[in-house]
Amino acid sequence: MISGAEIVIRCLQEEKVDCVFGYPGGSVLHIYDALFKQDEVKHILVRHEQAAVHAADAYSRSSQRVGVALVTSGPGVTNTVTGIATAYMDSIPMVVLCGQVPTQYIGQDAFQECDTVGITRPCVKHNFLVKDVKDLAITIKKAFHIAATGRPGPVVVDIPKDITAQMCEFDYPKTIQMRSYNPVVKGHLGQIKKAVQMLQEAKRPIIYTGGGVILSDAADKLTQLARKLDFPVTNTLMGLGGYPATDRQFVGMLGMHGTFEANNAMHYADVILAVGARFDDRVIGNPEHFGSEKRRVIHIDIDPSSISKRVKVDVPIVGNVPDVLDEMLKLMDGGFRTDPEVADWWKQIDEWRGRKSLAYRQSEHIMPQFVVEKLYEVTGGEAFITSDVGQHQMFAAQYYKFDKPRRWINSGGLGTMGVGLPYGMGVLMANPEAQVACITGEGSIQMCIQEMSTCKQYGFPIKIINLNNGMLGMVRQWQEMFYSKRYSQSYVTSLPDFVKLAEAYGHVGMKIEKPEDVEPALRKAFTEHKDDLVFMDFIIDPGANVFPMVAAGKGLTEMILAEEL
Amino acid sequence: MRHIISILIENESGALSRVAGLFSARGYNIESLTVAPTEDPSLSRMTILTSGSDEVLEQITKQLNKLVDVVKVVDLSEAAHVERELMLIKVRATGKDREEMKRMADIFRGRIIDVTESTYVIELTGASTKLDSFIAGLDAGLILETVRTGVCGIGRGDRILKV
Repeated sequence: MISGAEIVIRCLQEEKVDCVFGYPGGSVLHIYDALFKQDEVKHILVRHEQAAVHAADAYSRSSQRVGVALVTSGPGVTNTVTGIATAYMDSIPMVVLCGQVPTQYIGQDAFQECDTVGITRPCVKHNFLVKDVKDLAITIKKAFHIAATGRPGPVVVDIPKDITAQMCEFDYPKTIQMRSYNPVVKGHLGQIKKAVQMLQEAKRPIIYTGGGVILSDAADKLTQLARKLDFPVTNTLMGLGGYPATDRQFVGMLGMHGTFEANNAMHYADVILAVGARFDDRVIGNPEHFGSEKRRVIHIDIDPSSISKRVKVDVPIVGNVPDVLDEMLKLMDGGFRTDPEVADWWKQIDEWRGRKSLAYRQSEHIMPQFVVEKLYEVTGGEAFITSDVGQHQMFAAQYYKFDKPRRWINSGGLGTMGVGLPYGMGVLMANPEAQVACITGEGSIQMCIQEMSTCKQYGFPIKIINLNNGMLGMVRQWQEMFYSKRYSQSYVTSLPDFVKLAEAYGHVGMKIEKPEDVEPALRKAFTEHKDDLVFMDFIIDPGANVFPMVAAGKGLTEMILAEEL
Repeated sequence: MRHIISILIENESGALSRVAGLFSARGYNIESLTVAPTEDPSLSRMTILTSGSDEVLEQITKQLNKLVDVVKVVDLSEAAHVERELMLIKVRATGKDREEMKRMADIFRGRIIDVTESTYVIELTGASTKLDSFIAGLDAGLILETVRTGVCGIGRGDRILKV
């Protein structure tokens, strides 16, 4: 017989969890005591529970494993909600273990009590309250199973303190069967045949892929299929790295800040092959405008509810993306030929490309796009890039060319500012040798800046690329364009001296103010300070805007482009 | 369009709030909801009366199926089914109204299940429209209290919702 707390740790060991991100407190003291007595599961002590969940989330995003966070009851749990919702919106597998007040105190408004299951319900794939120590191991098994299978997502397990003290036999099930949970894996062969036929008939095709390709590790299969078809490929923000960005067939990211060629190709395509993507509002713009063109849509997704949710689909294929792509590839072996008119489509796409929609104006100040381009050069395109949310996020997505999956770590769905730095920690725990740069802004970085302390404790050598324009850039851009330049609350005044701040935390700080200093500073950070966290405060052109831009309510082809150069 | 959704769901605490939460979070309509355990105590059967376009209904059933506790979902109104609702209605039954109330209950095949000097409680079962008609047929001033269970339904013949 072992205690509930020991059962928790044994379960983590059985799941081959090598680290958890957490913060101790009253309700989890037994668990922390059990953690102390072993060394298989490492613990990363964050400075705020939100960061624990973000880090666990990035651990998952940057690897094929499930990230785990451990927090105490009450405020420990409420602090995780942003992180859980962030992971939920991007379908990230994650298990969050929460302490709860002892069973007999539940509902009594006890100290540090909150209704964890109730508060997290709308932003988890599933959650559990463990009411009996005999159910503890199987519940944790279910949590890992549910988090990682089907359309992945975060699962919360709420564990009352008395349960962690009770003694019980430990028996961890090898497999698990749930009559109410059986996600579809294999796609319907008839539908796949139809899809292949449709691709053969396509004259103006596009392959449009999203985060589902990354999450299901289907990038190789997708690349194989795309090469065979020789069709243009576009990725969503979440899908970047699903197809090599430096490849000729890649037309760039699509959507609100997508390239001219990607958005036009998506809009005017006669056949769209959508893979692990969900036609969300930031991708297709105004749905009526998008619906104005006649086209046929093939949609592969593991989640049936993503299909025909916003755009009517002609050939729905519910299944695990790599398995479905595999079937398609097999079918195409038998005399598949694309339509000769696709060549004309490519001519059209090259014409759109000629518009060079990512060209940006030069300035005496540092342009943020330039910093990202230089970062790409200096890191050889091999870095893991985490980002926060705002203009810098879009610049990172547009100018860092991701050739590999799981290298681009950002909050796409929820759009959570402050994730970048804890994301860097999670990436480094999953990929200890990786080069990690956190592209951020002076607004976002301050939302989780306390994690510089965690980075010091564990020696996380993250390179913070702070694109500092002294303003909440994306808010400012919208106010400039749609609110007659009334810059309501978008100035960030009283900024700290980031160099001194970094130094105060024991890190290296740099302030870069001239364009010619950008590259040398980056080189220095990635060589001389390879093993240090370097806070690089780039003072950038305050007027830089993100283009192309599809304004809210506009159609995909109604882009605002950068001023003629 | 009016739809009756039948759900088999794990009989666990919080299961009801997962379903109710889904409807409110996604802006779906619940006109009535009824739930109770089935012959297998580990399963509850829930019936939701809702309305919406075909697209909305498709999303409702898909989203319900996605809930981990949900075992099966069926849109009963897609095919032949029977549906019933139970109402208990307390009415003033004095003077000439006393006899009139008894007659109304008989016409609608209701039963009087509680009697005092001045009130009746009438039990009435049927399609929701029948209950509506009964209420409409009474003098509103005589209705003291109504309670309705909401619709429950079952498929006809071989249409069976079971694990």
